Order: sequence, then C-alpha cells, then structure tokens
Amino acid sequence: MAKAFQKIYTQISQITKATCMLKATGVGYDELATVDGVLAQVVKINGDEVTLQVFQGTEGIRTNAEVVFLGKSPTLKVGSQLAGRFFNAFGDPIDGGAVPEGEEREIGGPSVNPVRRKQPSELIATGMAGIDLNNTLVTGQKIPFFADPDQPFNQVMATVALRAETDKIILGGMGLANDDYLYFKNVFSNAGSLDRIISFVNTTEDPPVERLLIPDMALTAAEYFAVDKNEKVLVLLTDMSSYADALAIVSNRMDQIPSKDSMPGSLYSDLAKIYEKAVQFPDGGSITIIAVTTLSGGDITHSVPDNTGYITEGQLFLRRDSDIGKVIVDPFRSLSRLKQLVIGKKTREDHPQVMNAAVRLYSDAANAKTKLENGFDLSNYDERTLAFAKDYSNNLLAIDVNINTTEMLDEAWTLFAKHFKPEEVNIKKELVDKYWKSN
Amino acid sequence: MATKGIVKGIVSNLVTVEADGPVLQNEICYIHTGGDRLMAEVIKVIGKNAFVQVYESTRGLKVGAETEFAGHMLEVTLGPGLLSKNYDGLQNDLDKMEGTFLKRGDYTFPLDEKKVWDFKPLAQKGDTVKAGSWIGEVDENLQPHKIMVPFVLEGTYTIKKIAEAGQYTIYDKIATITDGSGKDIELDMVQKWPVRKAITVYKDKPRPFKLLETGVRVIDTANPIVEGGTGFIPGAFGTGKTVLQHAISKQAEADIVIMAACGERANEVVEIFAEFPHLEDPHTGRKLMERTIIVANTSNMPVAAREASVYTAMTIGEYYRSMGLKVLLMADSTSRWAQALREMSNRLEELPGPDAFPMDLSAIISNFYGRAGYVILDNDQTGSITFIGTVSPAGGNLKEPVTENTQKVARCFYALEQDRADKKRYPAVNPIDSYSKYLEYPEFSEYIRERISSDWIGKVNELKTRMQRGKEIAEQINILGDDGVPVSYHITYWKSELIDFVILQQDAFDKIDSITSIERQKYMLELIMRICHADFEFSSFTDVMDHFKKMINVCKQMNYSEFKSDEFDAFEKELHALVNEKAV
Repeated sequence: MAKAFQKIYTQISQITKATCMLKATGVGYDELATVDGVLAQVVKINGDEVTLQVFQGTEGIRTNAEVVFLGKSPTLKVGSQLAGRFFNAFGDPIDGGAVPEGEEREIGGPSVNPVRRKQPSELIATGMAGIDLNNTLVTGQKIPFFADPDQPFNQVMATVALRAETDKIILGGMGLANDDYLYFKNVFSNAGSLDRIISFVNTTEDPPVERLLIPDMALTAAEYFAVDKNEKVLVLLTDMSSYADALAIVSNRMDQIPSKDSMPGSLYSDLAKIYEKAVQFPDGGSITIIAVTTLSGGDITHSVPDNTGYITEGQLFLRRDSDIGKVIVDPFRSLSRLKQLVIGKKTREDHPQVMNAAVRLYSDAANAKTKLENGFDLSNYDERTLAFAKDYSNNLLAIDVNINTTEMLDEAWTLFAKHFKPEEVNIKKELVDKYWKSN
Repeated sequence: MATKGIVKGIVSNLVTVEADGPVLQNEICYIHTGGDRLMAEVIKVIGKNAFVQVYESTRGLKVGAETEFAGHMLEVTLGPGLLSKNYDGLQNDLDKMEGTFLKRGDYTFPLDEKKVWDFKPLAQKGDTVKAGSWIGEVDENLQPHKIMVPFVLEGTYTIKKIAEAGQYTIYDKIATITDGSGKDIELDMVQKWPVRKAITVYKDKPRPFKLLETGVRVIDTANPIVEGGTGFIPGAFGTGKTVLQHAISKQAEADIVIMAACGERANEVVEIFAEFPHLEDPHTGRKLMERTIIVANTSNMPVAAREASVYTAMTIGEYYRSMGLKVLLMADSTSRWAQALREMSNRLEELPGPDAFPMDLSAIISNFYGRAGYVILDNDQTGSITFIGTVSPAGGNLKEPVTENTQKVARCFYALEQDRADKKRYPAVNPIDSYSKYLEYPEFSEYIRERISSDWIGKVNELKTRMQRGKEIAEQINILGDDGVPVSYHITYWKSELIDFVILQQDAFDKIDSITSIERQKYMLELIMRICHADFEFSSFTDVMDHFKKMINVCKQMNYSEFKSDEFDAFEKELHALVNEKAV
C-alpha cells in the first residue's frame, strides 16, 4: 500500500472497538490512513496523538500494525463510467466489473451558496395520488419516508424512482438487507433502466461504520452529474436510521458524551450535511433526495426522525388502511413543503383547494369513526364522510394508484359530488362552478 | 504586538490553539491552512490553550498550523447599504461570493465601498454629541439612514467639522469631533460593533404598547403583538411555522425587516431570495426587498456560524432601531440555534443540562430576547425591535427546554398545533393555548381604545371564551354523543366553529385572504360577534350543523372577496338571509 518514502508507523498505543490511537505528526484532520491495509480516518488530533476510526472495526488489529497516512480525505472517481454500476462504501466496484476511470474528487464537499440556488419549480410525477395530489414532489427537494420497518417503503421508493422522469438514479444503501439489495437490482434491471442507475451499497453483512461513507459517496456522484452534466438526479437513501445508528456507535466508541437518545450532539449537522445536498441548480441540473427513516414503533419524537423532519422538506408516512386492506400514503401526517411551488401552477388551478378539501373531509371521517367506536349514532353527514373516506383511500390514496394529476383532480370532484353538497366542501365558488360534477 | 498561536488539537470544528500572548474570551482568530484562512472564535481558555470554534470545515487542518488573533470579538460592520443584502451568519455578502459552492476561507466585505450616497448633515459645528447621536442622514432605499456617532465612543464630544450636503462614499470623512481633552476623531459612515453585546444608546426603554399590524387575523385580532414586543411560535414540523413567519415578515407594518435563517432548510431560504424581490410591500407599494435584510445560514453551513447568526441579525436590528426606525426581527428557528449551542457544549465536554442543552441555556435565551424592545432615544425619537422567534420543539413537545425557557421571556405565544394542521386549519395557531400578554397592559388597552374601538378588547376576550367553551362542548359531545347534549350546546359549539373558520383561519396562499387590514378585521369580528349574540332555533343538532356550514361557507367566500366590493356585499346579504332564516 505504502508509496516509496512514505512514513510508516508501527506503534499503536491504544485500541478500542472502533478506533486506535498512535503518535504521528503532519497528519491532517479527516485524512485517510490504512492500518495493516484496512481503511481508517482521522477523527481526533491532540498534539502528536492521532485517533483513527477504523471503518471495518478493530478486531484483529495488532499494536504493531503498519499505519500509513494517505494524505487525503475519502474520494470518489467521478465520470460517465459510473452509470449502471454497483459500488461499496469506498467506491470500489462490487459487480465484478472494472474500476471506472474518472476524476478523483473528495467526498462530502462544501455547501452550495444559498444565493446560487434556484427555487425548485419542476414537479416530479409518481402516479400515486397520495404523493402527486396531496404531497407533490418537486426537483431539488429532500423528503424522507417515515416508516415502520415492516412497511413496503423500499418498494414504494423503487416505484417512485422508475416512474420519475430523471436522468440518473443513485441508490445509497446503508445497512440494507441483502435481499433488499437484490430486490433493487432486480427491479432496476427488469425495467431496463439499469444504465441510468448507480448504486453504493453497504449491506447488513458489512461493518456498520462503513455506512458513514455511503451518503457522501452517493451525493458526490450526484453532484458530478447535476453540476458537470446538468442532469436531473434522484438520490435514494435507505435507510438513514441505520446511518444515524452508525454515527452513535462511533461517537460512543470515542467516549463522547451522548446527547439525546444516545445520539451524538452533532446529529443535526451530520444529517443536514447530507440532506442539504438536495438542490436545483440554475443551469438545469438538480439533486432530489428521497430517503427512508425507519421508526421504532411509530415514534417520531426520537432524535433521528425529529431532526430529520426539521431538515427535510416534508415527510411521507405509509399506513395500512384496514378499511380497504391496502397501504396508503397517510394524508394527515405526510407533507411536502415544496408542493406550493407547483400545485395550481404546474398543475390545474383547482389543485390546492381540492387537495385541502379532500383532506378536511377525510378528517371529518376520522371524527365520525371515533364516534362510531365510542358507540354513538352517526349523523347522515358522518355516514357520508365515512363512505367518502373509503372511496378516497381506494381510488386515490392507495399506493397501487397510477394516474396523472388531472385524473386525480377529476376523481376527487367525482367523489365530492357523489357524497356531498357543494357548500359542504368549502371550496372557492368559482372553482365549484367550474368543476363540480353534477350528476 | 498581536497574539499569535499554534494549533495543538482538532476535534471536528473545536480546535485547541496554544497562544503566545493575551487572549480575549470570544476573540476572533484566523487559522492558516493550505492557503486558506479559517475564521474561529475563542470559547474557552485554559492556561495558554485557547479553545476556538471554527466557523468553517477543518478538513485537512494539521497540528502546528499558525493562528493569528484579531484582538476583537466577532463584529458586524454597520453603515449605509445593509438593506437588501443577503448575508451569512458572519455578515459575508453572499452575492459577492463567486462560484456555486461556498469556498472555505472566503470572506467578503458586507458593504459597498464604491457606492456614492447623498449625504445631508443633521448636526452643526459646535453641537455636543455622544455615541448614537445623529449627525447626518443618507437616503437608503428611500429610508432615512442616520449616520451616528460610533457606539463605542464614551462621553461627550463637540462637532468640530461636518461635511456639507453632497455625495460621499462610506469611507469619506464626514465629520470631525473633539473630546474634552481636545483630541480629534475623524468619522466616516462606517462603524463596527461586537455582536454579542447589546447596543444601548437610548435614554429609556418603556413598556411597549403600540399595535404592530401583521395582517394575520389570529395575531392582530386574537393575540396582538406590539412594536418592540416579543413573541414566539413553537410548533412541530409541518404545522406551518415557516408559512406563518413569512406571512408576518411580508405584511407587518415595519420599516425594516430582518430575517435570520439560522440552520434553516436552504430551499426555504431560497424561497425568500426568490420571492421577496418580486413582492410588493403592502404598506408602501415598493419592493419588499428594499426594506429587508436576510441573514441566512442554511442547516449545512458550519454550526458555529449558525450560532453567531442570530446575534449578527440582532445587532443590525439595534443599529436601525437607534435611527428611530421600526424593526421587525424574525429568527427561524431559535431551536436550531440552541442546538448549535448544545453541539459546542457537547464538544467542550461540559456537563449537560436538561435534554443535553448547556446549563446556561435559559440565561442565553432571556438575554437575547431582552435585546428587543421599544426605546426612547436621546433626541426623544422612538425606535423598536419587535422580535419573533420560532421554536421547533422535538416531537411537538412543549415541555422541552428551549420552549420552556422561551415561554418565560416572550410575551406572545403562538402555539402551533399538530391536530389543527392535520385538519388543514391554518394558521394552526391553537386558539386556547396561545396568548398575548399585551392584552393585559393598560397602556395597550388605552392605545386600542383610541385607535380601534372602546369595546375591542372585550370582544377579543369574548372570542377566546367562546373558543374555550366550544372546545369543552366538543369534548362533552365526544363522551356523551351528539344526542347526549342539548341542541343549544350544538349551537354554542357551531358559533365557535364560525369564529374559527372565519376569523382564526386564513388562507396564506390567497391574494386577498392572506392579508387583512385592521379595519377589515374589526368589521369581520363585529359581524361574527353579532351572529354569536343572535338566538337561533333549530329542531335538531344536524340542522344546526347544516345551517352553520352554509353560513361558514358564505363567510369564507367573503374572506376571499375584496373588502366591501359588490361581491363581498352580495355574500354578506346572503349571510344575513341565512342568519334571519333561523334567528328568533
């Protein structure tokens, strides 16, 4: 590994589960090193004592292991040859193919000057009304699925990726089950779009600390295509909770004082560094990030979803609706903060009001349901909201829906007319006059 | 000789520097690495070692790097040309920075050094002046920008020379002042001030009492804020903090609006950058951006700069307040700022307080809110900083430290509620939990009596009581069922729903409904209260609901119509017909 005249250290003074410490000079912060050929990174320097985080763990590391500092931070070779390939956390191919040629770039680069960003304004259609109608996605947006582990978030994400009109899809898999990795590979190859997909994968079989490199690798590749090639790039990150767990492991092994929920104090900054890579560039290129944050028992007050929610532009919740026996995109807790930039502008004028009215009526149905559960008689209005809610879930919210936005709006008006009187939907009169479907 | 230092240790953005001379707590220093100069601030000193928080990425930094101490704390540069600027937390002019990506160690001067200003002297030779005295004026985007005696000067001075009216740049000498001992000081239009210290060049800071109109009904009508007042908006993500904050900053009747985005989503910052230049100030018809300053630190910009950004914004606000202007300062979000404090405290390995925040969090927050206020200047003119901060409590839990500590100091509380947001009742300000302490101020009542009407505050209190009663009835109905309570309860409940839908809810995305003048708010509140005072007769609770829904629908159409237009009048007639149909 060592180049000629490179200084080799062989005196490790301390080894913990993830780090080792040694005396060395001239070492830069964040610099990479190898410890007996295994990759490590500088995480702390105190005088001539350097602490290295060993990515694959320190099991079997000798106190006299050969340590070589590489004089650079982690890098990725970027170029058009990345397309269609599968890589590990270090950017090495795992698909048996050749090492791609390209320009070497440091990962985790600086942030975009906010005044050089462009306001996102292009809609990303997914065909699912739970997303397009209620929580419309926009290029340059960052949004996670908040989901319990048993929910089909990876399937939904793969569907979104394939239906979205983008130039590149970059998958960052962190602690991905091998089966899920193969699922993505399968779906992408079967759709015949493998050539526009690039994957950086760390499966559950790989060391957890390596996960920390995955998002930066994926986003460095994304920046290459978005900035250098002006392409529309969609980045899928699954799952950010296991990324955060890896952060906690490292901070714990470095004896840092844990902050809330045993997460490191820098969790917000760590997550923001990743999510804020989502951007619409003025020259047309864009990076859109759709991520997954798995919840434990639906708890969104936990540090990881909580901090994520404050960084991302909304969140999507999946829920199994027992009334229709399908998974739906929950209209209550889901939100796309950027939807205002496109709905009623890129979509039909009635979109904002129709969307709100439908959710409001759906919430009336939830009240009616509570009444029912408490053993009370339902009013005629209650009965109608319940009937509406069922149709709404089936025809619009369910994730198996695949229609365009105009069809979604028409469907909503059809349901309004089927169950309600015009004055019950609280929509601007001029829109009711124009779109109400009188039977 | 300036103190120098050598880097001894690095953990992320906390760097230990061994200094060769005296060091000031909170002193700025520059660390040299690979051709870059990284700006940092001293946050702790032990012996010769200064612990500095670096405002930039420390990637590649090595032990032994040379460091120079600047001899002063983090300062802002104050002078004409601040308006319309987009700054980062360290007051770098973001528009002057080249390239798509922010370059490490790239600092830009916050003002325009070449621009020529139309200067008009306000003081004369022989006048006695002191820090903050207005000696001249330039026209900054049609606002009178006062040139003041630098705030750092102590004692009184005599004006020896003052420039004649004419064209000057910020660095042209516009006055010479002499102190008691005869020493001359030459002044230009620029001064500097350390951001962590309040600017207090005023005579008095009385209780604020003048209504600050925001055009947002749930604020102006139900929970008013005043010029120089403080308020905060806590809410879980997705409850509409940003939309509400943007509405206030677009519409509030302020001379200067400063928006501090500390650790905010970049796309939200971009929204301000993209929208404000096109939006008209509803009060002057000019462009909003002309009276706006943005201090933007997106969430991925370095944590230490994020922490500094609110102070930078507040100091600029104090500068304009000293000119006798009405400043509105919005910080989004103070939780991200507190989190930056937590992150640094954690790195310093300090023993954590509640929820791992630093122990002195409450003192830091109250000190910061304390810098807002309504002041009487030495020349008896008044100025104000109205401060509204948003708080992002984890999981919407209002019992967390940032919310609790803010609640102790902020006088207005706009509690955003998940449940209301889920039901798309926006703004999702909870009508019962929210409050404005100013409603209790006799000074404020007096002001409202003169400006709006003698029974306004009575009506506002009645509105709140009705909302509370409505909520109680809703709970009773949940327990007893619709049939379990008398029809009169349903009427009372639906009256509260009428108030909710017509007064408290407002469509921030509708051109007309988004901003409501006080005149219109008064008209609508009186109209709705008259309906609330009417006695209705209904045969069953379902009739109550059906009928009130019709009334609500008509009122909403009124809200969407131009005030007192034919359309508005027609809807109002329709409403009266509906009221009369069931009133007894």
